[in-house]
Amino acid sequence: MKIIIVGCGKVGTALAGELSKDGNSISVIDTNADRVNDIANKYDAMGIVGDGLDHLTLKEAGVEHADLFIAMTGSDEQNLLCCLMAKKTGNCQTIARVRSPRYSKEAPFIKDELGLAMVINPEYAAAAEIARILRFPSAIKIDTFARGRIELLKFRLPEDSPLVGLAVKDIVSKLHCNVLVCTIERGEEAYIANGDFVFEGKDIISIIAPHKSANEFFKKINYKTLSAKNVIIAGGGDISHYLCKTLSRSSNISVKVIERKLERCKELSAELETATIIHGDASDKALLLEEGLEKADGFVALTNLDEENIFLSLFAKQVSNAKSITKVNRIDFDEVIARLDLDTTIYPKNITTETIVRYVRAAQNAIGSNVETLYNVVKDKIEAAEFIVKEGSPITGVQLCELKFKPNVLIAAILRNGQVIVPRGSDMLQPGDSVIIVSDILGMKDITDILK
Amino acid sequence: MNYKMISYILGWILVFAAAFMTVPMITAIIYGEATFFHFLGTAIVCLIIGRLLTFKKRKNTNLYAREGFIIVALSWIVLSLCGTMPMWLSGAIPSFVDALFETVSGFTTTGASILNDVEAMPKCILMWRSFTHWIGGMGVLVFIMAFLPLSGGNNLHIMKAESPGPVVGKLVPKIKTTAFILYAIYFALTVLEFIFLLFGGMSVFDAVNTAFATAGTGGFGFLNSSMASFSPYIKIVITVFMILFSINFGSYYLILIGKLKEAITVEVKAFLFIVVAAITIITINISSMYANAGDALLDSSFTVASLISTTGFGVADFNQWPELSRTLLVLISFIGACAGSTGGGFKVSRLVILFKGIKKELNTLIHPRQVKKIKMDSHTVDSETIRSVNVYLITYVVIFVVSIVLISFENHDMITNFTSVAATFNNIGPGLEMVGPTQNFAFFSDFSKIVFIFDMLIGRLELFPMLLLFKPSVWKK
Repeated sequence: MKIIIVGCGKVGTALAGELSKDGNSISVIDTNADRVNDIANKYDAMGIVGDGLDHLTLKEAGVEHADLFIAMTGSDEQNLLCCLMAKKTGNCQTIARVRSPRYSKEAPFIKDELGLAMVINPEYAAAAEIARILRFPSAIKIDTFARGRIELLKFRLPEDSPLVGLAVKDIVSKLHCNVLVCTIERGEEAYIANGDFVFEGKDIISIIAPHKSANEFFKKINYKTLSAKNVIIAGGGDISHYLCKTLSRSSNISVKVIERKLERCKELSAELETATIIHGDASDKALLLEEGLEKADGFVALTNLDEENIFLSLFAKQVSNAKSITKVNRIDFDEVIARLDLDTTIYPKNITTETIVRYVRAAQNAIGSNVETLYNVVKDKIEAAEFIVKEGSPITGVQLCELKFKPNVLIAAILRNGQVIVPRGSDMLQPGDSVIIVSDILGMKDITDILK
Repeated sequence: MNYKMISYILGWILVFAAAFMTVPMITAIIYGEATFFHFLGTAIVCLIIGRLLTFKKRKNTNLYAREGFIIVALSWIVLSLCGTMPMWLSGAIPSFVDALFETVSGFTTTGASILNDVEAMPKCILMWRSFTHWIGGMGVLVFIMAFLPLSGGNNLHIMKAESPGPVVGKLVPKIKTTAFILYAIYFALTVLEFIFLLFGGMSVFDAVNTAFATAGTGGFGFLNSSMASFSPYIKIVITVFMILFSINFGSYYLILIGKLKEAITVEVKAFLFIVVAAITIITINISSMYANAGDALLDSSFTVASLISTTGFGVADFNQWPELSRTLLVLISFIGACAGSTGGGFKVSRLVILFKGIKKELNTLIHPRQVKKIKMDSHTVDSETIRSVNVYLITYVVIFVVSIVLISFENHDMITNFTSVAATFNNIGPGLEMVGPTQNFAFFSDFSKIVFIFDMLIGRLELFPMLLLFKPSVWKK
């Protein structure tokens, strides 16, 4: 696909990298020559120094023949205007980042009336993901396949878990659970599970299962699965705002927001009726304890400082059993942060990138590839992809154990007529099945990519 | 320093070198020449070593700017050594240094020769010499990039190091497609010239050789008289194509996609202006030596095109021309072709930037507080580019001076020393006096020839890649 990205900030750069690796033709536009040159040197992309609002610049980037136009500058209005101009000159699909809460209510209207393919709000997307995790605090990360019927859950194994010392195949034989272990991350290594793999404490495990089986599994390994009831949020920014709104839909979660600025507190209290708004410094230990951090079962650090968020979450882990969620803005040091004993780390920038990459891959459906959805299970190492098996595919009508797969390929789940099947060697694929495949082959385009 | 990746790419260079040798091998089969076996032997050895080096895919494919420079410099040295072997082993050129000089002169599209009697050479060696021009003209790594799946965006550093010009950009977002488009245009223009030459009554062998040598702006002749014995029609065809091959290939791409206005850049205009001005002055200057003005115009345009494109074909002994013409010819050979073409020299775009810099400096003397950005084709030239052009000029002069001093140990006259360095450093071929168009480089000592070999490589790769080889800190892990 021919893709133009306007705005080479962190997200724009990450997008250029991800999308060019998939073999798309990328042109980037930014007024800052250094950033443009940096991208042109690092990735296989063409850089153009100029204003995304200048239609000559857009033409130079080839907007007339572009398939997709992504506006990621710092300003919402500029993004929307860029997209409009691109649409008028090139008739391409457009994606705009619109983050101001001012427009959040209007997002569907803006999207439809301005003819955008997608309006992405990183803060809103981050809030949605945090809310999902608070409802199921055992998981570090939750992705859904087959329109929510299958969940891919990631969680960290505690040292005292009954699972430690057992092998992957024992889950079926000893625990009688219908779940499939996909990946195991140990330190910086990531493995695709085979039957003989033995669990150790602190492993990060991802499993695929229908929602019910997952619950059953967690009960058997003494893992608490109840939704958080008592959540403290440090910082009252946009993500807090969206998060409170989302959480307020389920009445049984009580939310406390601690915000430093009085003005902002007043705004929040006017907007959010169910949440308790506390005016105070969230980095004040005494205040946190006074507000009942020790009793809380969810703690979300959403201040503007990454370092402060990390400290706060570590402190929360120390004094309570709360599930802690940490927001980190900088995406460069994710492997360092992964080593810390934090429960879940949310990178709003990565969420934006992933959402768009997913959109692009799905859009490529029409041209050759038949990936329905695609997720990074372990960043840059392991991906999970959902395919629809087509009529006449060489993979149908043969028992799975007889197919010659590439190494490190896992058929994780089959969805047939609304039924989720956790596949075993004797199963056969049929046309029309949805198949979820976990592998270390990055950028899978077709289901046959997994065969030798 | 990613040594593994460097050896991997050098391995591919060897594989491609072996592939390139099929061209002289086919020629040798057609003409039944025994040199075939020397090419075959070299190709097999290159192929084996190359395959050993490329057998395993490299895990760490990260290439930074310095790896890009080093890969390009080493590739050209390796390629030159491979190309030398058949000439040397077959005994066509008995001295190793001579054979290396001839090959480097070929790949760098210089066209300076040490052969006293070109016509005595086997046809396959002549074909190999011309073919090295064609490969060297657009660049061997660009060729590899067009066909090899070298993943990752870092390859731009390689392309930047090999392609001439102050600013190297891509035509399309993907580097592979860009390299492919460049070679497609290059190939199409070469075929076009070949067809035009055939119409002029040239034999197929002559036409292929001439087309290769013009396309790379190389200038190896296959007759002792270079191009003098051919008809006016053929001279005109060669003149036109020498100029076409010295224009930025990016312009041809823009014409192909219908952006005619953008294609005629400031650089192209300046280049054509210099060509027309030089032809006019020289024609008037030499007209008294010719019976009719037409012949004078033909010879002067051919010579101007030959020197500014840094090809170096000869139709007239311009060493005998009046001093004004000789001076102008030396000067335009310094200017050279456009950036992004197959020609050598200082490059017109650098000259344009330098002149704009002078104009800006004068303006700041009049209005000390004036803020002014230098613009070219409605794009601002960033200060980094201006700085690099200035540094390029200084480095260029320093290398030039050092080379002249090294050559002057041989005690030839000043003009010979000066123009022999100019002819090799700018990748032209002929100079004046003892290295004039009817002479060659055979009489120089081996030491001087090695200096010329370095000058040719440094000139073709635009100074820095070769210089970086001599900086010890580059080689640290």
